[in-house]
Formats: sequence, structure tokens, C-alpha cells
Amino acid sequence: MLTKRIIPCLDVKDGRVVKGVSFVNLRDAGDPVHVAQVYDGEGADELCFLDITASHEKRDTILDVVVRTAEQVFMPLTVGGGIRTLEDIRRLLEAGADKVSINTAAVQEPAFVKAAATRFGSQCIVVAIDAKCVSSCDGDVQEWEVFTHGGRNATGLDAVCWAQRMMDFGAGEILLTSMDQDGTKDGYDLPLTAAISDAVTIPVIASGGAGTLPHLYEAFTLGKADAVLAASIFHFQTYSIGQAKSFLSEQGIPMRPGTIPVSMV
Amino acid sequence: MIAILDYGMGNLRSVQKGFERIGHEAVVTRDPAAIDRASHVVLPGVGAFGDCMANVTRFGLVDPIHRAIQAGKPFLGICVGFQLLFTESEEFGSHKGLGLLPGKVKAIPLPKDVAASYKIPHMGWNTIHIEKPAPPLQNIDPESYVYFVHSYYVEPAAQELVSTRTDYGVSFASSVWKDNIFATQFHPEKSQAVGLQVLKNFGEWQ
Repeated sequence: MLTKRIIPCLDVKDGRVVKGVSFVNLRDAGDPVHVAQVYDGEGADELCFLDITASHEKRDTILDVVVRTAEQVFMPLTVGGGIRTLEDIRRLLEAGADKVSINTAAVQEPAFVKAAATRFGSQCIVVAIDAKCVSSCDGDVQEWEVFTHGGRNATGLDAVCWAQRMMDFGAGEILLTSMDQDGTKDGYDLPLTAAISDAVTIPVIASGGAGTLPHLYEAFTLGKADAVLAASIFHFQTYSIGQAKSFLSEQGIPMRPGTIPVSMV
Repeated sequence: MIAILDYGMGNLRSVQKGFERIGHEAVVTRDPAAIDRASHVVLPGVGAFGDCMANVTRFGLVDPIHRAIQAGKPFLGICVGFQLLFTESEEFGSHKGLGLLPGKVKAIPLPKDVAASYKIPHMGWNTIHIEKPAPPLQNIDPESYVYFVHSYYVEPAAQELVSTRTDYGVSFASSVWKDNIFATQFHPEKSQAVGLQVLKNFGEWQ
């Protein structure tokens, strides 16, 4: 049976992990490769790096991180942040990324997603959507708008229609972040996640708001998500991925059981 | 020496790093002489079937692939590299494959009703049920989880080709084995310890 996926996400700036990852017993918690190895050992199903490097000169630092990660960790790796050209994608895939996540560039030029899917295959094109509720969110009919630049720029696009359009353009997966819930630890935006998941036939990754294990459970059940992305609950070792998987498994969510470390082969 | 065929598609570095990690030397190449010298040959692949087949042909790899298989070298196809071994595919029109194994590549059927809903592509970790334990599956638990990402599946013309099956909308061949050919719909290079064990077994296969 296909299992639901748990995907830890690391913010990487200039080749270093930011947004305080606090691992005890980790020699260098700032090195994305070391953190990736920890998550590998804990049984993460995939990994995601979000590159937030601001300066143009340092944009290549992520390539080095991807190369080093691909030498140590043998599970799918998605890289997002600042991807604007087919050449950006080619270089990341060649370095060892399996998927790339496209956000702002998709909004600015939707045909870019189509070109990328045609060239590299839908399986490696993830479209990231940052959505905010714009209707009265307590009402019967809810609407969400797509935002870019970390929620600062409104686009006028309806998130559900946009997700469908990106699927039609060849996206293989949707990474859906609720700007309302992100950072709150109050749980995922379940109506948003369910609305998008119902509207598309491709997998949806829920993101933004995870604070407890029941939040992950709700994302899969009420939110109908295929995967959950989470950062701080794992980075601060509030819960390990193993604990999350045991909990979800006990609640009847299909999970891949813990795995032997790669070093044992 | 393991030759990983480079035809401009696919996550070649991941496959190479996987072999290196478990101590098998592997080169990424499209040089026919290097392929002829190799002891083992790997055909990886991601992307659309038609594009992949066009590139295999364009880079002159059809003959070296046939030579490697006729010479009895252990041969591993991965994902689209697995599908390419068969007769034809219905992905974006009809495309001829390498025709080394009889069978067709078909689309995973859409869910029939909302209650039994599932997403396409089939993306993530799913179990394999071992039907015929091929040598590269040695020491692999019968219900192991491996990583898949695909929207099309192979329907072999002969059931005896099927090495493992996986259920997703249909029960499909997640790997096949015939003589010196072993090929997987899943990605061993992305399947953590289980996948590395498959690569290790393949590298030791004589």
C-alpha cells in the first residue's frame, strides 16, 4: 500500500541551515548534510531544502550542498527557492536533486512550468503555492488567494484554480503552504488543503502550521493530503520522525515503518 | 566496472553515488567502447518514454545495449530505463521501445470512484511482493518498501517475467527478471537501505 509521506524541510542560506535547528549530539547542526543524515536515520520519507540565499554571488552554494547530500542520503530530495530558468533546474538535477519546487517564477510566467515539465518530466516539477484566506474564513464559502514573496505580494489568483492550472501545465505535485497558519504551530489549514487536494489528481503536500502530532494526522484525514512538510517540530526535536510515524500508524494512517540505516548495507 | 548509460535524461549522479556508496566502481558514459568493456550495464531514466527512446537512439546506444545483453552481462533497467526494454508504450501517442522483452507500457488507470480515490503519478513508498526472487533481490524482505514515481506501468506479455508486483490502482510488475536482465519500476537509488542492497546485489551478480 502506498504510504503517506513525512518530509522535513530545511531553510538553507549561503549553504548553511538557518531558522535554528537544535539537535543535541550533532557535531554541526548548521551543515544541511549532517541534518539530512539525521533525518535519514530517523526514517524521513523525503527531504526538502528551501534555498533562501539572497545574494546572487552565493547562489551556487546550494549546488554544493546538493552534491554532498546526494553522496550521503539515498532518498528523494526536493530543492526550492529562486528557481527561474531551465538552466537552474538542469544544474540542480545534475547535482543530485530529484525534484525542484517552483513558486514565484510560475506566477510570473506560467509557461515556464510547462516548458520545465516537457523538458525534465512532470515527476520532478513541484509547484509551490503560498495561499492566504481572502474570504470570511468562518463563512460557508472559503476562498484563498495565491501570494508570492513570502506572503507579501498578492497575485489576484484563486489558489484552487491556480493549482488546477499548474496541474494542466504539467506539475507533478503541489506543495501547498498556508500563509495564515505558517509559523503558528496551530495546525495546517485543513479546508484549504482539502479544497486543493479535491481539485487536483496529483499529490498534494500540506505545509505551514504543524505543532503537534495530531496536526499531522488531521492533514492526512480532514486535509486529504498525500504528504506533510514540517520544519520546527522536527528541527527542535519536539518530536522525532519515528515518534510521528508511530503515532500516525497507530491512528491508522499508512506509514512506512522505520528503516535500517544506510550505513548497515 | 559498472557502466551507467548517459543519454541526457535521468538522475545519473544518484545512481552512481549509490553504487559508490556500497563499494562498486561505476562510470557514467555514452562511449560504446567503455560500455563494451564494462562488466555490468545500467539503463536509468526519468522523463517521457518517447523522449528517452529518441535520446537512446540519437546517442547511438541501441547497439551497445543489445551487445551487452547478448554478451550475458548483468543488465539493470530503472524506471523509464525499465520501460524502454519492452515492445512499445502508449505514453503521449505510440512509441516503439527496445523490444528486448515482450510487453506494453500503459497508463495507470484513473480511479473509478471517489471513495477509492488515489493520485497520479504514483509517487512515494509502496511495498513489493516478491513472486520470483531474482538474484538482485537477495536479502530483501518480501514486503519491503521502495520508492516509486511514475504514471505508466509495464504489462509484460509473459507472466514468468514478473519478479515483484506492487498494487496501485492495478497490480503491476514492479520488477522483472529474465536471464541477465533485471529491471525495476522503482528507484533503488532512492530507496535508502533496501535500494542500496539491491544495487549491491546487482554489482555482485555474475
